[in-house]
Amino acid sequence: MAANLPTHAQVQGGIGVTEPGHDVHEHHDEHHEQSFLQKYIFSTDHKVIAKQFLITGIFWAILGGTLSSLFRLQLGWPESTLEWLSPFLGKWIEAGKLNPEFYLALVTMHGTIMVFFVLTAGLSGTFSNFLIPLQIGARDMASGFMNMLSYWFFFLSSVVMFLSLFLETGPAAAGWTIYPPLSALPQAIPGSGMGMTMWLVSMALFIVSQLLGGVNYITTVINLRTQGMSMSKLPLTIWSFFLTAVLGLLSFPVLFSAALLLIFDRSFGTSFFLSDIYIAGQALPNTGGSPILFQHLFWFLGHPEVYIVIMPAMGMVSEIMATNARKPIFGYRAMIGSLLGISLLSFVVWAHHMFVTGMNPFLGSVFMFLTLIIAVPSAVKTFNWLATLWRGNIRFTTAMLFSIGFVSLFIAGGLTGIVLGNAALDIQMHNTYFVVAHFHLVMGSSAFFGLWAGVYHWFPKMFGRMMDEKLGYVHFWLTFLGVYLVFLPMHYVGIAGFPRRYYSWTGFDTFSQFANLNKFISVAAILAFFAQFVFIFNFFYSIFRGRRASENPWRSTTLEWTTPVVPGHGNWPGAIPAVHRWPYDYSKPGAADDFIPQHVPYSQTQSSNLPYEREME
Amino acid sequence: MHTAETLNTKEPSTGIHPTRFLLMLMIVSIFMIFAAYTSAYIVRRNEGNWLEFDLPAGFLITSLIIVLSSVTVQWAWFAARKDELNQVRLALALTLTFGVAFLVGQWLLWGQLVDSRIFFGGTDSNPSGSFLYVLTGVHGFHLITGLIFLLVVLRKSFKYQVHSRQMLSIGNVTIYWHFLGALWLYLYLFLLLNH
Repeated sequence: MAANLPTHAQVQGGIGVTEPGHDVHEHHDEHHEQSFLQKYIFSTDHKVIAKQFLITGIFWAILGGTLSSLFRLQLGWPESTLEWLSPFLGKWIEAGKLNPEFYLALVTMHGTIMVFFVLTAGLSGTFSNFLIPLQIGARDMASGFMNMLSYWFFFLSSVVMFLSLFLETGPAAAGWTIYPPLSALPQAIPGSGMGMTMWLVSMALFIVSQLLGGVNYITTVINLRTQGMSMSKLPLTIWSFFLTAVLGLLSFPVLFSAALLLIFDRSFGTSFFLSDIYIAGQALPNTGGSPILFQHLFWFLGHPEVYIVIMPAMGMVSEIMATNARKPIFGYRAMIGSLLGISLLSFVVWAHHMFVTGMNPFLGSVFMFLTLIIAVPSAVKTFNWLATLWRGNIRFTTAMLFSIGFVSLFIAGGLTGIVLGNAALDIQMHNTYFVVAHFHLVMGSSAFFGLWAGVYHWFPKMFGRMMDEKLGYVHFWLTFLGVYLVFLPMHYVGIAGFPRRYYSWTGFDTFSQFANLNKFISVAAILAFFAQFVFIFNFFYSIFRGRRASENPWRSTTLEWTTPVVPGHGNWPGAIPAVHRWPYDYSKPGAADDFIPQHVPYSQTQSSNLPYEREME
Repeated sequence: MHTAETLNTKEPSTGIHPTRFLLMLMIVSIFMIFAAYTSAYIVRRNEGNWLEFDLPAGFLITSLIIVLSSVTVQWAWFAARKDELNQVRLALALTLTFGVAFLVGQWLLWGQLVDSRIFFGGTDSNPSGSFLYVLTGVHGFHLITGLIFLLVVLRKSFKYQVHSRQMLSIGNVTIYWHFLGALWLYLYLFLLLNH
């Protein structure tokens, strides 16, 4: 394959005037002996930092999945003994029963870990770091040092959150949305004590990490693109990482504001969110606070956050689909436009999480209207993905399967979003499993599928080896079926009124008919969780023993595949290639090959040039 | 860091140095914190149970001090452009002094607020007072980061690293300091209008 690619010298043409000196510098860098600490721990190389984010993310994902298996055990078999877990959970198993407070803590930590530590830091942290410099043709991020700090703030934040799991009073237990007054009053539940304090400290560190990373991603995309890489030639991955970082930049500071006020309420006696509370028969002195104010501040981050989670997945799926369908992405500009539309709308829909707070119905209908508009850019994206597949020469690589799975889950979960976006329906279903089913499909599982697709697709560039395809298929089918078997029945029990957040439902005859379905969901969830170990084995085994990769194993067009099999520090040993065309020249009529990389000038592809491209020859 | 040397083989973009661009984005995120606080302030105020009190007149004096410090930091920038290194050092030192004076002033005003029984927390506090402390406190925290930045650039100016051909750091500190000043004026105006 490499023989098809013109060498860098040919491609560079005349633009390398100032490059030679630089190359010498880079060359020198490559042979510079770095200590283990510099190379793998306190590295400023974006590729190493990406792997650090990925492996920390995998650790968190296993933990988050373990927690969900624990509470699914409780929900599936509420009457049976969990004594066998006591060596593992210690005092949280009381007389064979899971401690109800700990159940809340499990749910809270599952949400926090999955949303922030896995699907924000693990997903954006990994792929924004890895792909932005490689795909735009840059040696590294704008500030390697800040990038390193971003990881280490995340690491510190992870340590604090992890340690909070082992507190005597347990970790935070007020839900991942930490609504006050529950989260603000240590005397309310054990989980609002030290666990909540550590949650807030950890999140403050996490926000710092996100901002350090985010400003770097934006600056790099804006300022460090290689010659010819105009914004309209950027791969869709980069557009999605860029807009994700913009969303983070605008919304995470608001979460920080809310967290700081909550810290003041908890520890400094202010009353921002507290008013007229009686607890254990005692009236609290706090007056004048508004708990709803917290929800406004929280969801002003919280809603963009779900797009922070899903947009990188959308970008990677677009890229992987075009590559493996051997077709240009359908509607490149519409894809960018819809990403922009989703980004804009994400800031004006937050109150649809608050329809049940007794908000003014008029305000509710405004937010409902804006929420339903999101269906438009989402549908544009969905139809474009389907149209990209249509009559494509599809290669079912593992990454492609996960990308198609992503679209499937996004549609299945997105449709119920239209249901829940309606205030009248949401008020009926807000506290049922219908909501749980909705967001786990549309944002949880599909973002996970995007993550897996990305790992399978870019693994060769990360580690120079291929992941095993057969194990990949096993992983995909078990996960894909598992996810649907878990969440489809949840829609049903949700519509029937089965309430979420309940530790035990056996006290209500109404819900006893759902005992078998709950057991079914639990079995599916636990099996799907165990299926992930196929991936974990495949991942770590392939790092050391996988089949060796070539430079461009997927025959893809973007710049990262023009680097050596394992790019060194500075990414390109020679000059950085200049870019001449958009990233989706697949199966171009008249072309010698079914893909033309971005750095190939039009003068070398005269047989396939379109009339307007002849002028650029 | 090889960003500067590779910039000329890059796609022309904003024409702004990446470091400066990073700074501007950080300014945006700092602004978002205050956008959140001031809108929370309005939302909360409209819900009633809001203690009205007069802003201490001293805030006008601290506002004047911070305006003065913006003037001196701009003077430092102009002096650097003309390679008047002694003036750069003098102007930066003056800016630092004004910055510290501003912080001291804010601290004294907090004392004045406490004397007139406007508390940050505790049984007698009301969110209207608490918000005032949060706005001034979080702004003060960012001003401290600005002072540290000024110190770094002042140190550079003594090592002859700030002059007409090395304007990046002094340009950045000038932008950041103007932002902190403008942010305070915004907060002051906001508090005057919403009191």
